[in-house]
Amino acid sequence: MGVREIQAEEITRTIRRLCIEANTILGDDVVDALKKGLEKEKSTVGKDIFRQLLENAKIAKEEGIPLCQDTGMVVVFIEMGQDIHIVGGDLNQSINEGVRQGYRDGYLRASSLDPLVRKNFGDNTPAIIHVEIVPGDQLKLTVIPKGFGGENMSRVALLTPASGMEGIKEFVLRTVEEAGANPCPPGIVGVGIGGTLEKAAILAKKSLLRPIGQRHPDPGLARLEEEFLEEINRLGVGPQGLGGTITALDLHIETYPTHIASLPVAVNLQCNCHRHKEAEL
Amino acid sequence: MIRAIMLSTPLSDQDVEKLRMGDRVLFDGVVYTARDAAHRRLVDLIKEGKELPFDLSGQVIYYVGPSPARPGHVIGSAGPTSSYRMDPSSPYLIAKGLKGMVGKGPRSQGVVDAMMKYKCVYFATVGGAGALLAKAIKKSEVIAYEDLGPEAIRRLEVEDFPAIVAQDVYGGNLYVEGVKRYAR
Repeated sequence: MGVREIQAEEITRTIRRLCIEANTILGDDVVDALKKGLEKEKSTVGKDIFRQLLENAKIAKEEGIPLCQDTGMVVVFIEMGQDIHIVGGDLNQSINEGVRQGYRDGYLRASSLDPLVRKNFGDNTPAIIHVEIVPGDQLKLTVIPKGFGGENMSRVALLTPASGMEGIKEFVLRTVEEAGANPCPPGIVGVGIGGTLEKAAILAKKSLLRPIGQRHPDPGLARLEEEFLEEINRLGVGPQGLGGTITALDLHIETYPTHIASLPVAVNLQCNCHRHKEAEL
Repeated sequence: MIRAIMLSTPLSDQDVEKLRMGDRVLFDGVVYTARDAAHRRLVDLIKEGKELPFDLSGQVIYYVGPSPARPGHVIGSAGPTSSYRMDPSSPYLIAKGLKGMVGKGPRSQGVVDAMMKYKCVYFATVGGAGALLAKAIKKSEVIAYEDLGPEAIRRLEVEDFPAIVAQDVYGGNLYVEGVKRYAR
Protein backbone atom coordinates (compact mmCIF):
# COMPACT_ATOMS: atom_id res chain seq x y z
CA MET A 1 0.00 0.00 0.00
CA GLY A 2 1.28 3.44 -0.95
CA VAL A 3 1.51 6.51 1.20
CA ARG A 4 -1.41 8.94 1.06
CA GLU A 5 -0.64 12.62 1.33
CA ILE A 6 -2.86 15.00 3.26
CA GLN A 7 -2.31 18.74 3.17
CA ALA A 8 -1.88 20.39 6.56
CA GLU A 9 -4.13 23.16 5.28
CA GLU A 10 -7.00 20.69 4.86
CA ILE A 11 -6.62 19.71 8.51
CA THR A 12 -6.77 23.40 9.52
CA ARG A 13 -9.93 23.97 7.46
CA THR A 14 -11.58 20.87 8.94
CA ILE A 15 -10.73 21.70 12.54
CA ARG A 16 -12.02 25.26 12.02
CA ARG A 17 -15.35 23.94 10.76
CA LEU A 18 -15.66 21.28 13.48
CA CYS A 19 -15.00 23.86 16.24
CA ILE A 20 -17.82 26.07 14.97
CA GLU A 21 -20.27 23.22 14.33
CA ALA A 22 -19.62 21.49 17.63
CA ASN A 23 -20.26 24.69 19.56
CA THR A 24 -23.51 25.61 17.83
CA ILE A 25 -25.16 22.35 16.72
CA LEU A 26 -26.11 19.82 19.38
CA GLY A 27 -25.96 16.20 18.16
CA ASP A 28 -29.24 14.44 17.31
CA ASP A 29 -28.59 11.82 19.99
CA VAL A 30 -28.32 14.53 22.65
CA VAL A 31 -31.47 16.33 21.45
CA ASP A 32 -33.37 13.01 21.47
CA ALA A 33 -32.10 12.22 24.97
CA LEU A 34 -33.24 15.66 26.18
CA LYS A 35 -36.70 15.09 24.65
CA LYS A 36 -36.98 11.71 26.39
CA GLY A 37 -35.75 13.34 29.59
CA LEU A 38 -38.49 15.95 29.40
CA GLU A 39 -41.08 13.17 29.22
CA LYS A 40 -39.57 11.08 32.01
CA GLU A 41 -38.52 13.77 34.50
CA LYS A 42 -40.85 13.95 37.53
CA SER A 43 -39.78 17.32 38.95
CA THR A 44 -41.63 20.41 37.66
CA VAL A 45 -38.49 22.55 37.96
CA GLY A 46 -36.60 19.77 36.19
CA LYS A 47 -39.09 19.65 33.33
CA ASP A 48 -38.80 23.41 32.93
CA ILE A 49 -35.00 23.01 32.67
CA PHE A 50 -35.34 20.32 29.96
CA ARG A 51 -37.64 22.70 28.03
CA GLN A 52 -35.09 25.50 28.27
CA LEU A 53 -32.28 23.22 27.08
CA LEU A 54 -34.29 22.08 24.03
CA GLU A 55 -35.22 25.67 23.19
CA ASN A 56 -31.58 26.66 23.64
CA ALA A 57 -30.42 24.02 21.14
CA LYS A 58 -32.92 25.36 18.62
CA ILE A 59 -31.83 29.00 19.03
CA ALA A 60 -28.13 28.10 18.90
CA LYS A 61 -28.53 26.14 15.66
CA GLU A 62 -30.77 28.71 13.94
CA GLU A 63 -28.73 31.75 14.90
CA GLY A 64 -25.22 30.30 15.03
CA ILE A 65 -24.82 31.29 18.68
CA PRO A 66 -22.77 28.98 20.92
CA LEU A 67 -24.94 26.56 22.92
CA CYS A 68 -22.97 27.55 26.00
CA GLN A 69 -20.75 30.56 26.67
CA ASP A 70 -18.07 28.19 27.95
CA THR A 71 -16.94 27.07 24.54
CA GLY A 72 -14.39 24.96 26.32
CA MET A 73 -10.84 23.92 25.87
CA VAL A 74 -10.56 22.08 22.58
CA VAL A 75 -9.78 18.39 22.90
CA VAL A 76 -8.91 16.72 19.59
CA PHE A 77 -8.80 12.96 19.17
CA ILE A 78 -6.96 11.90 16.03
CA GLU A 79 -6.99 8.44 14.53
CA MET A 80 -4.25 8.54 11.97
CA GLY A 81 -3.69 5.77 9.49
CA GLN A 82 -0.04 4.72 9.44
CA ASP A 83 0.03 5.17 5.66
CA ILE A 84 -0.66 8.89 5.87
CA HIS A 85 1.91 11.55 5.24
CA ILE A 86 1.06 15.11 6.32
CA VAL A 87 2.54 17.61 3.88
CA GLY A 88 2.74 21.39 3.75
CA GLY A 89 2.95 21.93 7.47
CA ASP A 90 3.16 20.61 10.98
CA LEU A 91 0.25 18.49 12.31
CA ASN A 92 0.01 20.19 15.72
CA GLN A 93 0.36 23.67 14.24
CA SER A 94 -2.28 22.98 11.61
CA ILE A 95 -4.71 21.87 14.32
CA ASN A 96 -4.03 24.89 16.51
CA GLU A 97 -4.42 27.17 13.50
CA GLY A 98 -7.84 25.56 12.88
CA VAL A 99 -8.81 26.22 16.50
CA ARG A 100 -7.60 29.83 16.23
CA GLN A 101 -9.63 30.44 13.07
CA GLY A 102 -12.71 28.60 14.31
CA TYR A 103 -12.85 30.49 17.60
CA ARG A 104 -12.26 33.83 15.86
CA ASP A 105 -14.67 33.34 12.96
CA GLY A 106 -17.34 31.57 15.02
CA TYR A 107 -17.40 34.23 17.78
CA LEU A 108 -16.51 31.56 20.30
CA ARG A 109 -15.08 32.42 23.70
CA ALA A 110 -11.35 32.09 24.21
CA SER A 111 -10.61 30.56 27.62
CA SER A 112 -7.07 29.18 27.43
CA LEU A 113 -4.27 30.71 29.47
CA ASP A 114 -0.98 29.97 31.22
CA PRO A 115 -1.89 28.06 34.42
CA LEU A 116 0.22 30.28 36.68
CA VAL A 117 0.40 33.68 34.97
CA ARG A 118 -3.34 33.41 34.15
CA LYS A 119 -3.43 35.91 31.30
CA ASN A 120 -5.88 34.83 28.57
CA PHE A 121 -4.08 33.95 25.29
CA GLY A 122 -7.12 35.23 23.41
CA ASP A 123 -7.32 32.54 20.72
CA ASN A 124 -8.20 29.41 22.72
CA THR A 125 -5.05 27.57 21.63
CA PRO A 126 -3.39 25.23 22.22
CA ALA A 127 -5.72 22.27 21.78
CA ILE A 128 -5.25 19.11 23.84
CA ILE A 129 -4.30 16.63 21.12
CA HIS A 130 -4.44 12.84 21.44
CA VAL A 131 -3.03 10.96 18.46
CA GLU A 132 -3.56 7.27 17.91
CA ILE A 133 -1.78 5.58 15.02
CA VAL A 134 -3.99 2.94 13.38
CA PRO A 135 -3.73 0.75 10.26
CA GLY A 136 -4.85 2.23 6.93
CA ASP A 137 -4.73 5.59 5.19
CA GLN A 138 -7.65 7.44 6.78
CA LEU A 139 -7.45 10.42 9.08
CA LYS A 140 -10.28 10.78 11.60
CA LEU A 141 -10.56 14.04 13.50
CA THR A 142 -12.85 14.42 16.50
CA VAL A 143 -13.27 17.78 18.19
CA ILE A 144 -14.68 18.07 21.72
CA PRO A 145 -14.89 21.60 23.07
CA LYS A 146 -14.80 20.58 26.73
CA GLY A 147 -16.47 22.92 29.19
CA PHE A 148 -14.86 23.13 32.59
CA GLY A 149 -17.97 22.98 34.75
CA GLY A 150 -17.82 19.23 34.20
CA GLU A 151 -14.05 19.00 33.86
CA ASN A 152 -13.49 20.58 37.30
CA MET A 153 -15.76 17.96 38.90
CA SER A 154 -14.08 14.97 37.19
CA ARG A 155 -11.95 12.64 39.31
CA VAL A 156 -9.34 9.88 39.08
CA ALA A 157 -8.75 7.29 41.79
CA LEU A 158 -6.05 4.64 41.95
CA LEU A 159 -8.06 2.09 43.90
CA THR A 160 -6.64 -1.08 45.41
CA PRO A 161 -7.42 -4.31 43.55
CA ALA A 162 -9.34 -5.45 46.67
CA SER A 163 -11.78 -2.55 46.23
CA GLY A 164 -13.21 -4.45 43.28
CA MET A 165 -16.51 -3.72 41.61
CA GLU A 166 -18.04 -2.27 44.78
CA GLY A 167 -15.14 0.17 45.09
CA ILE A 168 -15.57 1.28 41.47
CA LYS A 169 -19.30 1.79 41.87
CA GLU A 170 -18.90 3.67 45.13
CA PHE A 171 -16.32 6.01 43.53
CA VAL A 172 -18.45 6.69 40.44
CA LEU A 173 -21.59 7.42 42.48
CA ARG A 174 -19.71 9.57 44.98
CA THR A 175 -18.12 11.61 42.18
CA VAL A 176 -21.51 12.32 40.57
CA GLU A 177 -23.17 13.09 43.91
CA GLU A 178 -20.42 15.40 45.13
CA ALA A 179 -20.34 17.18 41.76
CA GLY A 180 -24.05 17.91 42.19
CA ALA A 181 -25.11 20.93 40.18
CA ASN A 182 -21.67 22.02 39.02
CA PRO A 183 -21.17 19.86 35.90
CA CYS A 184 -24.57 21.07 34.57
CA PRO A 185 -26.53 17.83 34.78
CA PRO A 186 -28.15 15.99 33.12
CA GLY A 187 -25.07 15.06 31.12
CA ILE A 188 -22.96 12.06 30.25
CA VAL A 189 -20.79 10.17 32.73
CA GLY A 190 -17.62 8.76 31.18
CA VAL A 191 -15.88 6.01 33.15
CA GLY A 192 -12.40 4.71 32.35
CA ILE A 193 -11.26 1.62 34.21
CA GLY A 194 -7.72 0.24 34.11
CA GLY A 195 -4.44 1.25 32.50
CA THR A 196 -2.36 3.88 34.29
CA LEU A 197 -3.22 7.25 35.80
CA GLU A 198 -3.41 9.04 32.44
CA LYS A 199 -4.78 6.06 30.47
CA ALA A 200 -7.82 5.82 32.75
CA ALA A 201 -8.53 9.53 32.26
CA ILE A 202 -8.20 9.32 28.47
CA LEU A 203 -10.47 6.24 28.38
CA ALA A 204 -13.08 8.13 30.40
CA LYS A 205 -12.93 11.10 28.05
CA LYS A 206 -13.02 8.97 24.92
CA SER A 207 -16.00 6.99 26.20
CA LEU A 208 -18.05 10.21 26.06
CA LEU A 209 -17.89 10.03 22.27
CA ARG A 210 -19.99 6.90 21.99
CA PRO A 211 -23.55 7.82 20.88
CA ILE A 212 -26.07 8.15 23.70
CA GLY A 213 -28.00 4.91 24.21
CA GLN A 214 -25.36 2.70 22.58
CA ARG A 215 -24.16 0.07 25.04
CA HIS A 216 -20.64 -1.36 25.30
CA PRO A 217 -20.26 -4.39 22.99
CA ASP A 218 -19.12 -6.51 25.95
CA PRO A 219 -22.37 -7.78 27.57
CA GLY A 220 -20.90 -7.65 31.09
CA LEU A 221 -19.82 -4.03 30.69
CA ALA A 222 -23.12 -3.18 29.01
CA ARG A 223 -24.97 -4.50 32.09
CA LEU A 224 -22.62 -2.53 34.33
CA GLU A 225 -23.36 0.67 32.37
CA GLU A 226 -27.08 0.15 32.86
CA GLU A 227 -26.68 -0.62 36.56
CA PHE A 228 -24.48 2.45 37.22
CA LEU A 229 -26.80 4.73 35.22
CA GLU A 230 -29.84 3.54 37.14
CA GLU A 231 -28.14 4.09 40.49
CA ILE A 232 -26.96 7.56 39.45
CA ASN A 233 -30.51 8.51 38.52
CA ARG A 234 -31.65 7.36 41.96
CA LEU A 235 -29.40 9.93 43.65
CA GLY A 236 -32.04 12.63 43.10
CA VAL A 237 -29.50 15.25 41.93
CA GLY A 238 -31.64 15.95 38.87
CA PRO A 239 -31.43 18.66 36.19
CA GLN A 240 -29.03 21.42 37.32
CA GLY A 241 -28.73 19.72 40.72
CA LEU A 242 -32.05 21.19 41.83
CA GLY A 243 -33.60 17.76 42.42
CA GLY A 244 -35.14 15.32 39.99
CA THR A 245 -35.21 11.84 38.55
CA ILE A 246 -32.75 12.39 35.69
CA THR A 247 -29.19 13.19 36.68
CA ALA A 248 -27.40 11.57 33.72
CA LEU A 249 -28.58 11.03 30.15
CA ASP A 250 -26.16 8.13 29.79
CA LEU A 251 -23.07 6.46 31.22
CA HIS A 252 -20.30 4.86 29.19
CA ILE A 253 -17.52 2.60 30.41
CA GLU A 254 -14.25 1.77 28.66
CA THR A 255 -11.61 -0.55 30.07
CA TYR A 256 -7.94 -1.39 29.50
CA PRO A 257 -5.60 -3.92 31.14
CA THR A 258 -3.86 -2.66 34.26
CA HIS A 259 -1.14 -3.67 36.77
CA ILE A 260 -1.55 -6.41 39.41
CA ALA A 261 -1.11 -3.76 42.10
CA SER A 262 -3.80 -1.31 40.99
CA LEU A 263 -7.33 -0.56 39.91
CA PRO A 264 -7.34 2.89 38.27
CA VAL A 265 -10.76 4.50 37.76
CA ALA A 266 -11.44 7.84 36.11
CA VAL A 267 -14.78 9.62 35.94
CA ASN A 268 -15.05 12.35 33.33
CA LEU A 269 -18.24 14.36 33.70
CA GLN A 270 -19.79 15.90 30.62
CA CYS A 271 -22.46 18.59 30.80
CA ASN A 272 -25.91 18.53 29.15
CA CYS A 273 -24.31 20.55 26.39
CA HIS A 274 -22.52 17.46 25.08
CA ARG A 275 -20.58 18.86 22.14
CA HIS A 276 -18.49 16.86 19.72
CA LYS A 277 -18.12 16.67 15.94
CA GLU A 278 -16.16 14.27 13.77
CA ALA A 279 -14.76 14.29 10.25
CA GLU A 280 -12.83 11.79 8.19
CA LEU A 281 -10.27 12.90 5.62
CA MET B 1 -45.08 25.42 33.85
CA ILE B 2 -44.57 27.17 37.20
CA ARG B 3 -45.96 30.71 37.49
CA ALA B 4 -43.16 33.28 37.48
CA ILE B 5 -42.66 36.21 39.86
CA MET B 6 -41.63 39.45 38.13
CA LEU B 7 -38.60 41.12 39.74
CA SER B 8 -37.47 44.62 38.83
CA THR B 9 -33.93 45.56 39.78
CA PRO B 10 -32.60 47.10 41.96
CA LEU B 11 -34.09 44.90 44.69
CA SER B 12 -35.27 45.94 48.15
CA ASP B 13 -35.29 43.90 51.37
CA GLN B 14 -39.05 43.44 50.85
CA ASP B 15 -38.44 42.06 47.34
CA VAL B 16 -36.04 39.40 48.54
CA GLU B 17 -37.97 38.52 51.70
CA LYS B 18 -40.97 37.35 49.69
CA LEU B 19 -38.92 34.86 47.67
CA ARG B 20 -38.72 31.18 48.60
CA MET B 21 -36.60 28.37 47.20
CA GLY B 22 -38.16 26.87 44.08
CA ASP B 23 -39.85 30.13 43.00
CA ARG B 24 -39.46 30.89 39.32
CA VAL B 25 -38.64 34.55 38.62
CA LEU B 26 -38.24 36.82 35.61
CA PHE B 27 -35.84 39.76 35.99
CA ASP B 28 -36.34 43.18 34.44
CA GLY B 29 -33.78 45.98 34.68
CA VAL B 30 -30.06 46.21 35.24
CA VAL B 31 -27.88 43.26 36.23
CA TYR B 32 -24.08 43.40 36.53
CA THR B 33 -21.72 40.62 35.47
CA ALA B 34 -18.67 39.52 37.43
CA ARG B 35 -16.79 36.28 37.83
CA ASP B 36 -13.54 35.04 39.38
CA ALA B 37 -11.00 37.73 38.51
CA ALA B 38 -13.45 40.66 38.85
CA HIS B 39 -14.52 39.39 42.28
CA ARG B 40 -10.93 39.33 43.47
CA ARG B 41 -10.49 42.95 42.37
CA LEU B 42 -13.75 44.09 43.97
CA VAL B 43 -12.84 42.45 47.27
CA ASP B 44 -9.38 44.06 47.20
CA LEU B 45 -11.03 47.48 46.75
CA ILE B 46 -13.45 46.81 49.63
CA LYS B 47 -10.58 45.71 51.91
CA GLU B 48 -8.64 48.86 51.02
CA GLY B 49 -11.73 51.00 51.66
CA LYS B 50 -11.71 52.28 48.07
CA GLU B 51 -14.64 53.12 45.81
CA LEU B 52 -16.10 50.34 43.64
CA PRO B 53 -16.76 50.67 39.88
CA PHE B 54 -20.52 50.54 40.66
CA ASP B 55 -22.67 50.95 43.77
CA LEU B 56 -23.61 47.49 45.03
CA SER B 57 -26.62 48.56 47.03
CA GLY B 58 -29.75 46.70 45.88
CA GLN B 59 -27.92 45.26 42.87
CA VAL B 60 -27.83 41.82 41.31
CA ILE B 61 -24.62 40.18 40.06
CA TYR B 62 -24.71 37.51 37.37
CA TYR B 63 -21.76 35.08 37.21
CA VAL B 64 -21.17 34.95 33.47
CA GLY B 65 -18.33 35.26 31.01
CA PRO B 66 -20.23 35.67 27.73
CA SER B 67 -18.91 34.58 24.37
CA PRO B 68 -18.18 37.44 21.90
CA ALA B 69 -21.21 39.06 20.26
CA ARG B 70 -21.78 38.42 16.58
CA PRO B 71 -22.18 41.62 14.52
CA GLY B 72 -25.73 42.89 15.07
CA HIS B 73 -26.10 40.98 18.35
CA VAL B 74 -26.09 42.52 21.84
CA ILE B 75 -24.07 39.71 23.38
CA GLY B 76 -22.94 36.17 22.62
CA SER B 77 -23.95 33.07 24.54
CA ALA B 78 -24.50 34.10 28.16
CA GLY B 79 -25.25 31.27 30.59
CA PRO B 80 -24.10 30.96 34.20
CA THR B 81 -20.74 29.73 35.47
CA SER B 82 -20.29 27.66 38.68
CA SER B 83 -20.87 29.91 41.68
CA TYR B 84 -18.75 28.10 44.29
CA ARG B 85 -15.63 29.79 42.97
CA MET B 86 -17.07 33.14 44.08
CA ASP B 87 -17.87 31.87 47.62
CA PRO B 88 -14.83 33.41 49.34
CA SER B 89 -15.63 36.84 47.83
CA SER B 90 -19.43 37.03 48.02
CA PRO B 91 -19.83 37.82 51.76
CA TYR B 92 -17.82 41.05 51.26
CA LEU B 93 -20.15 42.16 48.45
CA ILE B 94 -23.29 41.12 50.35
CA ALA B 95 -22.20 43.23 53.31
CA LYS B 96 -21.98 46.17 50.89
CA GLY B 97 -25.66 45.83 49.94
CA LEU B 98 -25.73 43.23 47.14
CA LYS B 99 -29.28 41.78 47.03
CA GLY B 100 -29.07 39.07 44.42
CA MET B 101 -26.54 36.64 42.94
CA VAL B 102 -27.22 34.61 39.82
CA GLY B 103 -25.21 31.54 38.87
CA LYS B 104 -25.33 27.77 39.13
CA GLY B 105 -24.54 25.30 41.89
CA PRO B 106 -24.79 25.54 45.69
CA ARG B 107 -23.13 28.17 47.90
CA SER B 108 -20.94 27.74 50.99
CA GLN B 109 -22.10 28.16 54.59
CA GLY B 110 -20.17 31.45 54.76
CA VAL B 111 -22.24 32.83 51.87
CA VAL B 112 -25.48 31.47 53.37
CA ASP B 113 -24.73 33.20 56.70
CA ALA B 114 -24.16 36.52 54.91
CA MET B 115 -27.32 36.02 52.79
CA MET B 116 -29.43 35.50 55.91
CA LYS B 117 -27.82 38.35 57.86
CA TYR B 118 -27.94 41.01 55.12
CA LYS B 119 -30.92 39.71 53.06
CA CYS B 120 -29.54 38.54 49.75
CA VAL B 121 -31.01 35.82 47.51
CA TYR B 122 -29.20 33.33 45.32
CA PHE B 123 -30.77 32.48 41.97
CA ALA B 124 -29.93 29.65 39.57
CA THR B 125 -30.10 29.95 35.82
CA VAL B 126 -29.74 26.98 33.50
CA GLY B 127 -26.15 26.06 32.73
CA GLY B 128 -26.02 25.04 29.08
CA ALA B 129 -28.77 27.47 28.03
CA GLY B 130 -26.52 30.40 27.12
CA ALA B 131 -28.10 31.03 23.70
CA LEU B 132 -31.58 31.14 25.24
CA LEU B 133 -30.54 33.39 28.15
CA ALA B 134 -28.80 35.80 25.76
CA LYS B 135 -32.22 36.49 24.19
CA ALA B 136 -33.33 38.17 27.44
CA ILE B 137 -30.34 40.54 27.42
CA LYS B 138 -31.25 43.74 25.59
CA LYS B 139 -28.15 45.84 26.24
CA SER B 140 -24.58 45.10 27.30
CA GLU B 141 -21.80 47.52 28.14
CA VAL B 142 -18.38 46.91 29.71
CA ILE B 143 -18.07 49.27 32.69
CA ALA B 144 -14.86 48.03 34.31
CA TYR B 145 -11.83 45.77 33.89
CA GLU B 146 -11.92 45.57 30.10
CA ASP B 147 -8.46 43.95 30.31
CA LEU B 148 -10.13 40.82 31.73
CA GLY B 149 -11.84 40.03 28.39
CA PRO B 150 -14.77 37.68 29.06
CA GLU B 151 -14.27 38.33 32.77
CA ALA B 152 -14.80 42.12 32.53
CA ILE B 153 -17.65 43.72 34.50
CA ARG B 154 -20.63 44.39 32.24
CA ARG B 155 -23.80 46.33 32.88
CA LEU B 156 -26.62 44.33 31.32
CA GLU B 157 -30.18 45.43 30.72
CA VAL B 158 -32.48 42.43 30.82
CA GLU B 159 -36.13 41.71 30.09
CA ASP B 160 -37.90 38.59 31.33
CA PHE B 161 -34.60 36.99 32.24
CA PRO B 162 -35.55 33.56 33.71
CA ALA B 163 -34.10 32.23 36.97
CA ILE B 164 -35.06 29.98 39.88
CA VAL B 165 -34.68 30.84 43.57
CA ALA B 166 -32.12 28.26 44.63
CA GLN B 167 -31.25 29.56 48.11
CA ASP B 168 -33.45 32.07 49.97
CA VAL B 169 -32.89 34.44 52.91
CA TYR B 170 -34.41 31.91 55.35
CA GLY B 171 -31.78 29.25 54.70
CA GLY B 172 -34.02 27.37 52.26
CA ASN B 173 -31.81 25.49 49.81
CA LEU B 174 -33.27 23.75 46.76
CA TYR B 175 -29.95 22.00 46.14
CA VAL B 176 -30.55 20.14 49.40
CA GLU B 177 -34.35 19.96 49.60
CA GLY B 178 -34.92 19.24 45.90
CA VAL B 179 -32.42 16.40 45.89
CA LYS B 180 -33.86 14.96 49.12
CA ARG B 181 -37.32 14.90 47.53
CA TYR B 182 -36.18 12.75 44.59
CA ALA B 183 -33.47 10.54 46.12
CA ARG B 184 -34.64 6.90 46.11
